[in-house]
Amino acid sequence: MNLQVLAQVNSFLAALVLLTAFAMLSQRKINSLVTLFAWQGLFLSINTAVVGFVASKHHLYISSLLTLSIKVILLPYILHVLVVRLKIRKEVETIVNIPTTMLIGIALVIFSYHLTAPVREMSTLITRSTLAVALATVMIGLLMMITRKHAVTQIIGFLAMENGLFFAATSATYGMPLVVELGVALDVLIAAFIFGIFFFHISTTFDSLSVEQMESLREDN
Amino acid sequence: MILLVLIITPFVAALILAFIGDRRFAPTINIFCSFLTLMAAVALAIEVYKHGPIIAGGKFFFVDAFSVYLSVLTAFVSMTTAVFSRGYMQREREHGRVGHVRMRFYHAMFQMFMFAMLLCLLTNNIGVLWISMELATLSTVLLVSLYRTPNAIEAAWKYFILCGVGIAQALFGTVLLYFAAEKVIGEGGEALLWTNLIGVSGSLEPTVLSLAFVFLVVGYGTKVGLVPLHNWLPDAHSEGPTPISAVLSGLLLNIALYALVRCKVLVDGSTHTHYAGNIMMGFGIVSIVVASFSILRQKDIKRMFSYSSIEHMGIATFAFGLGGSIATFGALLHMLMHSLTKSSIFFTVGHACQMHRTQEIARIKGLFQGDPFVGWSLMLGAMAIAGMPPFGIFTSEFLILTATIKDVPLLAPFILIGLAVAFAGLLRKVQYMVSGDMPSYFEPIKTARAPVIFHMAMVLVLAFYIPGFLNKWFQAAVELLK
Repeated sequence: MNLQVLAQVNSFLAALVLLTAFAMLSQRKINSLVTLFAWQGLFLSINTAVVGFVASKHHLYISSLLTLSIKVILLPYILHVLVVRLKIRKEVETIVNIPTTMLIGIALVIFSYHLTAPVREMSTLITRSTLAVALATVMIGLLMMITRKHAVTQIIGFLAMENGLFFAATSATYGMPLVVELGVALDVLIAAFIFGIFFFHISTTFDSLSVEQMESLREDN
Repeated sequence: MILLVLIITPFVAALILAFIGDRRFAPTINIFCSFLTLMAAVALAIEVYKHGPIIAGGKFFFVDAFSVYLSVLTAFVSMTTAVFSRGYMQREREHGRVGHVRMRFYHAMFQMFMFAMLLCLLTNNIGVLWISMELATLSTVLLVSLYRTPNAIEAAWKYFILCGVGIAQALFGTVLLYFAAEKVIGEGGEALLWTNLIGVSGSLEPTVLSLAFVFLVVGYGTKVGLVPLHNWLPDAHSEGPTPISAVLSGLLLNIALYALVRCKVLVDGSTHTHYAGNIMMGFGIVSIVVASFSILRQKDIKRMFSYSSIEHMGIATFAFGLGGSIATFGALLHMLMHSLTKSSIFFTVGHACQMHRTQEIARIKGLFQGDPFVGWSLMLGAMAIAGMPPFGIFTSEFLILTATIKDVPLLAPFILIGLAVAFAGLLRKVQYMVSGDMPSYFEPIKTARAPVIFHMAMVLVLAFYIPGFLNKWFQAAVELLK
């Protein structure tokens, strides 16, 4: 395959990652949200492998496998088990309604393109155009964390941000050095372990996983 | 070699403590391991004092004057905290607030936290710096929620989410930094090594580094507790066990500021402007003013002192941003003084809270009468942290103010107002708590006096006399950072 085609594949996968990010913004059911998160991880993993092939950077294959095992299989599985165990059936509650969040999301994408313009101009990598998408994914993850009231959706937003960061590392620099990628993966795993514990604590203490009740620690009380 | 001992001791200690669990001698092992860590840190410090900066482990570790003084400080405060926590956590268990499993967890995570902080200080790789910073957050999240009360869980959740978001921004900044460095140094791990980066910082692309610094300051700034990114801090400090408040406030904030300052040096080398400094000064001033006014409104004693931590971190951030020899020297001294004073205050506050079984300021009374030692150390600690002579914080604040009046006189009034408001707020509330008759629910306890005495004595001595070795380190760090 020639480089042109591979560059197209790369852009296409970037588009899919962004698309899943928006799909997550619009999704109301927590179960489907977990599935979408797994899809995003899968696109990311394939993209990393493609970039690794194009740039003949073999350590990217390892990152790709790590992404596949952690973000596509392990984390969605844990989240799924937790959702079943904690009997979360309720739909996602949002602070800002969904059409508005989508519009804010679009604004964030434009903002990301604007912000990364100087970096894009300087880069010679074929993946440079996807850096803006990566930043947009980070921003959308952040937006999801802010506008959702449920602990599980906040965590999925957090993990989507992590996806965006990983994507940024692949597209700006063909991946961070292996020691850093491994460390980041380890941190994500520990974080997953911790939020798993947290879900149980929150649901037993507050009788639900909605973080709305957590409002006692305020200045004006 | 000694470096390896320093970094491995807390890690092994964490494993041992996790393994032996909640035995009668677990706190003693905790103290002993912390003591070993301190000895290793001192030995390393002597090495650096004699031979200058050390690069070791295939360039993975790098220790210079800036990181070595913070390593010794970290090891020292963690040891005194371990001494304090033995009696304190024992009483918390008698009060039924923690059980066996959680005590095992507490000891193991305490050492893990030390490991993460020391790794932050000793690593040469700014990627690993980020990883260990995240590890430091993760190891303390469940310590903040140790009591499992609704408030503690809320505080820990906030801490987890806000610091997670913040630190994610810092990772994006690190990616951008790597992007710029890779162009100059070439691909691979070499391009993330601080010693390599500082050598070529002049040829790093300024626009990329400016962009990177925005992300880094938001990321690490969240952990420093800079306003408006500080929301997690008062909650995490007030709801967690007091020994954890002491190390969070006295150590973790310093480490986060350390990471930020390391990045600032690189950005300065690239942009040749005062851009990064200005951002830090802005955050610093806002933190000083907002935090000092917030002190006035606090009803919880630990919350009040955590706002004071935000204020002091604001002062140090401002001083690093201001730059120049005097301000940088002042900032380094301020980090040291704040760390010693604030952890000592938290020890005292822990005792006072256990005597009254509450953290509410309104219900803590008559400490002079109930326990003169705790009463006086709270009073003197509050005076020291408020910046009264003859304590060390006065010296560092004086240096910073002098530099401010010389370089940016327009900003000096803001700092002065902040200091004055914090002074009034702290002393008024502490005055109330130490005076009067002790209430009926007052319950005398056996206090750990040594940590408090040690800390306060150091703060007092350092106000008048800075020993030669400390001065040499500070001068070397100033050369690097100004």
